[in-house]
Parts: sequence; C-alpha cells; structure tokens
Amino acid sequence: MYSEKFQKSIAAVEAARAQNIAYEPQRMTAQEKIDLLAAYHPDYRKDEFTELTIGPNKGEKVPTELAEMLQAHSRITADSVDLSNPDYDVDVLVIGAGGAGTSAAIEAHEAGAKVMIVTKLRMGDANTMMAEGGIQAADKPNDSPAIHFVDAFGGGHFAAKRELLSKLVCDAPEAIQWLSNLGVEFDKEADGTMVTTHGGGTSRKRMHACKDYSGAEIMRTLRDEVLNREIPVVDFTSAIELILDENGNAAGAVLLNMETKDMLVAKAKTVIIATGGAGRMHYQGFPTSNHYGATADGLVLGYRAGAKLLYADTLQYHPTGAAYPEQIFGALVTEKVRSLGAKLVNTDGTVFVHPLETRDVCAAAIIRECNDRGNGIETGNGLGVWLDTPMIEAIGGEGTIEKRIPAMMRMFGKYGIDIRKEPILVYPTLHYQNGGLDITDDGQTTNVKNLFVAGEAVGGIHGRNRLMGNSLLDIIVFGRTAGKSAAKAAQDAVVGSLTLDHVTKFEAEIAAAGIETEAISPKLLPNYTNKANI
Amino acid sequence: MEKMVNIFLFGKKYEVPENLTIMTAMEYAGYQLVRGCGCRNGFCGACATIYRIKGDKELKACLACQTKVEDNMYIATLPFFPLVKQVYDIEKVKTNEAVMMQLYPEIYACVGCNACTKACTQELNVMQYIAYAQRGDFEKCAEESFDCVMCGVCSSRCPAGISHPQVAMLARRINGKYLAPGCGHLEDRVKEIKDGDFKDLIEALMQKPVEELKELYNTREIEK
Ligand SMILES: Cc1cc2nc3c(=O)[nH]c(=O)nc-3n(C[C@H](O)[C@H](O)[C@H](O)COP(=O)(O)OP(=O)(O)OC[C@H]3O[C@@H](n4cnc5c(N)ncnc54)[C@H](O)[C@@H]3O)c2cc1C
Ligand code: SF4
Ligand code: SF4
Ligand code: FES
Repeated sequence: MYSEKFQKSIAAVEAARAQNIAYEPQRMTAQEKIDLLAAYHPDYRKDEFTELTIGPNKGEKVPTELAEMLQAHSRITADSVDLSNPDYDVDVLVIGAGGAGTSAAIEAHEAGAKVMIVTKLRMGDANTMMAEGGIQAADKPNDSPAIHFVDAFGGGHFAAKRELLSKLVCDAPEAIQWLSNLGVEFDKEADGTMVTTHGGGTSRKRMHACKDYSGAEIMRTLRDEVLNREIPVVDFTSAIELILDENGNAAGAVLLNMETKDMLVAKAKTVIIATGGAGRMHYQGFPTSNHYGATADGLVLGYRAGAKLLYADTLQYHPTGAAYPEQIFGALVTEKVRSLGAKLVNTDGTVFVHPLETRDVCAAAIIRECNDRGNGIETGNGLGVWLDTPMIEAIGGEGTIEKRIPAMMRMFGKYGIDIRKEPILVYPTLHYQNGGLDITDDGQTTNVKNLFVAGEAVGGIHGRNRLMGNSLLDIIVFGRTAGKSAAKAAQDAVVGSLTLDHVTKFEAEIAAAGIETEAISPKLLPNYTNKANI
Repeated sequence: MEKMVNIFLFGKKYEVPENLTIMTAMEYAGYQLVRGCGCRNGFCGACATIYRIKGDKELKACLACQTKVEDNMYIATLPFFPLVKQVYDIEKVKTNEAVMMQLYPEIYACVGCNACTKACTQELNVMQYIAYAQRGDFEKCAEESFDCVMCGVCSSRCPAGISHPQVAMLARRINGKYLAPGCGHLEDRVKEIKDGDFKDLIEALMQKPVEELKELYNTREIEK
C-alpha cells in the first residue's frame, strides 16, 4: 500500500490503464535516440570523467571514480611479498567465482588442468546470482545467429569487436545446451519448446529464462558442479595484484585473506580474471543493482600488469531500478516486467517511451521525464516514474506475475506493495560495466601473455551498450572459452622466475606523472559503515 | 528527525533509524561486513539471520538484507551453517529415489515436525519438498524448492540433521537434465551451426561496412 501522497498519481495511472494497454508507443528514430542520449545519458556527462595520465590507456577518459582506482597505489610493495615459496602452485588460477569463473574452471578441469579458484566472498556471491531476466540464444526456427548479431551490434552502437560478437551468437545455442545438460531448468512448454520472450532491443523472442531466478539457477548449478569436481575454491580471499614472470607473462597472483588479512602467493601457468563488474563504485553517485563485491578489481589488476582496457568509459544504467521503498533503493526491477507488457508512465499516467527501447535509451528517457520535464513522482529518495505492473495480468491473465516473476512479487510484497494490483516506482540504477579488458577471441588479453579474461571484466563483446540476456550468455560462452584456452596454454607454458617489478614500475609512473593520491586499489569492498542511506 | 529504534546485535544494544534493514543497521552501527553479505538483495542466501523480539516466544529467521529492524530486536547472524553436500557425477547418477537413499539417506528420518518450513526465509514448504524427494518425485521437489536461496536456516532447525537445500539442488539438477522434456529446436540449431549452415551469413556480416549494418539494424523486422 502506498501512502496518501502517491494516491492522486496512482489514480491517474489507473484511469489511463486500459487505454495505455492498447496504445503502442512509437519507437524513436535513430536521430532521436542520438539526441536523447547526448542530452541525458550519464555516459555523456563530461564533468564526470577524468583522463588517464599513466598506463596502457593513457590519454583516454574513464569515470572519475575508476580513474582514481586505476592510478592508485598498490596494496603491497614488491619487496614486502616473498615469491620464492608460493602457497599454491597450479596450472590455471581463476580469480572470481561468478558465472564466468566457474564455467572457466569447469572447462579447464574437463581439459585435465590442475585448476583452482579464489574468490572475494563465497562462491556464487556474485552478479550472476542476481540476474533475473534471462539469457539470449537464437535457437528458434524464425531466428538465426545472424539476426542475433545484428540486434546486438546495433544495440551496442556498432562498436562491438565483430570477432567476439560472432563467437557470442554462434556459440549461444550450444551454451544453452551445455547448461541444460548440467541440469539447469529452463522454462519450457510441455513438448520441450523453450519459452522465450523479447528483451529490450531484440527483434526476435530469444530470451530464455528460469522463472525470474535465471542467474541464480545457472549459478547454483555451476557451483554444484565445481563442488562435484572437487575443484579447490579458496573463498573470502581476494587477488590484490597479479604476478608476472621475468618474460612479462602472467604467472599468478598475490592473495589477501579478507578476514585474517593474511597475504598468500599463488603461482600459476595461466591466470583467468573473472572478477565481474563495478556497480559498487557508485559512479556519479548512482545507486546500484550489483552485489557487494562489484568494485572493478579485475580492471585494476590487469591495468597495473600492463593489459589494455576497451570502452572503460561506458556503463550501463538500467532504466528500472527500484526508486521506492527506500530499503530496496537501486535494486533491479527486471526488464522482463516490461517484456511481459508493463509500460513506463509518468505522474499523469501518460506513456512517454516505448518500453522495449534499448536500456540506455529508456534510462535517458526516464531521466528526461523526471529532471527536465517535471513529470516524475517525488519518492522521498529522489524522483521516479511508474512502471505499471498490473498491465501484465490484464494482458497475460491472472496468475502471470506469480508464475513468471515471483522474485519481483516477493521483493515488493515484503514492503506491502502488491505489484499485481499496484504499479511500482522506478529510476535508473548503475547496472553493468560495458567496458573492460581487451581480449582476442580465445579469451586472452591482447597484450599480456597467459592472462585471460572472462565475463563482465571483458570489454568489447557488446560494444558501448549491452542487451539484456547477452551478459549471462557471454559469461558462459567466454567463460568456457577462457577455461579451455587457459588449460591449453598451460600445457606448454614455461614459467620463468616470478616478479612484482611491474608494481614497482607503476609506482614510479605515478610519481613521474605527478599524481598525488592517497588512494589504494583494488577497492575490494565499498565502505558503508556509519552511513544511514545506501 | 528519523524515528530511532533499539536493536541488540549479538546482545549489544545499538540505536538505529527504524527504516533500515538489519544489514544496513549493522553498517550504521559501524560494522564493515565481510561475511554474511553477498548480493544485498535476497538472492544469494549469505545473510541468514535469527532474531527474537523481546518478550516474544517465537525465534524467527530471515535474510538480513530483506528485513526491516524492529524495536527490541535481538539479532544473531548465521553466515555459515555446516551443511552436508555429497559429491556425485551428474552423468552417472540414478534418476529415481535410489539416489536419495544412497546420498542423503537421512531424509528418511524426517519426523514431520515442520520446523524447517516454519523457519524458511523464503516461505517455502520445505517439509513438503523433502517428502517429494523421499518419494523420488523430483519434478515436484524441483518446483516446490525452486526459490530456495540455500541459506541453510531450515537445516539449522532440523532434528534429523537434514541438509535440505542440498537435497533440493540434487533433485533440480536431475529434473533439469533427465526428467524435463528435451528440446528439439535447440538440438537442431546446435547441429545446423556445427554443420556450418550460418557460416556465409556471419562471414558477410563480418565484412559489411558499418553504414550497411546500420541500415540493416534500423530497418529490421521486429517479431510481434
Ligand atoms: C541485478 C542484476 C540482474 C541482471 N540480469 C541479467 C539478465 O537478466 N540477463 C543477463 O544476461 N545479464 C544480467 N545481468 C548481468 C549479469 O548477471 C552479469 O554481468 C554477469 O553475471 C557477470 O558475471 P561474472 O562472472 O563476470 O561476474 P560476477 O558474477 O559478478 O562474479 C565475479 C566474482 O568475482 C569475485 N571477485 C571480484 N573481485 C575479486 C578479487 N579481487 N579477487 C577475487 N575475487 C573477486 C566476486 O566476488 C564474484 O564472485 C544482471 C546483473 C545484475 C546485477
Ligand atoms: S529452504 Fe532452507 S535453505 Fe532454502 S531458502 Fe528456505 S530456509 Fe533457506
Ligand atoms: S525440520 Fe527436519 S525433521 Fe522436521 S519436518 Fe523438516 S525435514 Fe522433517
Ligand atoms: S545478501 Fe544475498 S540474500 Fe542477503
């Protein structure tokens, strides 16, 4: 139940509902989209970006908060760590236990490599666990990898690396099959046909889901498989610096026990960075949908070891973060709510954007509606617009919400809002790191040998924006690829003597560039202590 | 001024704003969380917590990231519970109740006390899904347990020592892999791709100038 102050606006939304359901809003023209993004999307706010003055991407701009971490001091000095007696010695070291890291570990193990995983929190405490909406794959007769390619390439503003994108779409059906064979329960019709829907920016219904626990179902299955294979998982342990060998190849990592603060050394023939996203960096002060450990660590680790970043200046702000109630501020309202028919309406009950425009366009339209046109609703925590969820049951019939988006119903239900009967308030939330480390199609970084990357820490697969459902897909496709490639590379890798010289050199560059900073990185965790509003 | 309430973290009293969740209240009180905090949004099960409102007979369980503080709430987090996870080979498991007798025989010692169901942080009918598992009805067990976040609270209350979320995990994987209907169009598509049916189309896209791809994108037909 909403308090009195929302009732007038809700009445307007209800009065317009029948009409709004029938109304098919115009999609924007290419030019309209360009203008809208330039004026309202956070990626275009020049004052929020800083130019890097050292490192492989020197001269490029990235979000100010990220620049601070990329150009910060290390948590260690080279001489404070003894590399001569590694605590672990493996073929493949996987850093991060989300979907990308676990897929990589399973494939590396399958290929016969001695593999281990280190992860900051527990295995599965990761963005993968939180994905609700689903995973794309062109496996229906009216669809094809080529159509999938065009959707994703356009959605990403024609900036994706084509060899990565073609791998993504061509390996997609097999990725679904692989998951299915591991026991992931996709939504199916009685005859086995996959239940698929649209996502923002798709031209075919190719979103596969496991109710609205898609990521959780995938993640817990992969976790179970890692445990069945008895792959060693060192949890509550972060990688805080890569180790190279004398030839400049990746050869392990310095680890930090998050609880005891003990420092450990892992030596490896190949390393896979699968550390995920950056929502907890709170770029531009945005709330986030991400898990607690999403602090762009992998980008920092890679950057200091000399690996290049691609598109680190683009983030995805998901249009529908919860704007109310305060306890779930910033939490994700899955895009599937719109796929199932709910539209975005303003305080007067007017539909102001096609609900299935791409995410950046939808987000910019909401920001314009609230901050410029004055048609937002004051929530007590800022502004928001309505997402008219009762439309879903009017279109799909009673019971649709409980069947298809139970997690959403539960999330709002806890705070007394019945989304079957009442609309919900939304505003954009920091959701996904489009950019990351630059790789070739075998998952290896373009310029540090034996260093592989998979998942949200990669840049370039999607371009400058990502379609819903292509990320869960990329963690599986490129996670598996990185695992196989890293296992193969490990077979004939000869590791020279270990060094942290790059850390020393980086410190020298900081000094030489005249950067004055107290910051140390990677960040590892956000600090929320003594802050009442998060 | 925000309204404040008194809570007791591991017995120690703190005054916190009443609109916080247990998790944010702990942070407000000064805890930098490492354990017991994962997704912060009800999906990962890292933040299992037990509490009692002073004077209340009932001991309650919840997810700290999903539950508002209340006045006189006595809180203890349960960030880890020693569950039993049996190792098996998914390619070789039996797909009927024999697998349960082999891996999790303790489920047959359930005394029907329903403590698991009462404690579940996701309001699942835990006792019922264990009953389905006993019978080898894995489809129903999977359905009933689907929203489980594997927080382990149910197991902490079980007199029979059952590791409910692991039992359900096994049932879901067996159901997903072996019992759910197969998918013809998926198999067909994987084969078509292996056979190279789309190779030329994709090759063409790889070569096309961006302007032509823009045209393709902007004029593409969108399935209703
Ligand atoms: C709420 C939400 C909903 C989403 N919905 C969808 C969807 O419907 N469809 C879709 O395709 N995508 C969706 N996404 C995006 C997608 O889920 C993620 O991009 C993807 O799962 C990332 O996987 P990953 O394995 O790369 O990273 P993660 O799953 O985040 O895993 C990263 C892991 O690395 C660990 N780690 C981080 N730093 C370190 C370090 N220094 N040392 C050791 N370990 C470290 C983390 O703790 C974590 O375990 C969603 C994302 C969110 C947040
Ligand atoms: S069934 Fe048990 S482990 Fe699963 S959510 Fe409920 S209490 Fe947690
Ligand atoms: S708590 Fe244990 S014994 Fe009691 S009903 Fe649940 S499974 Fe059976
Ligand atoms: S932190 Fe993940 S469920 Fe609470």
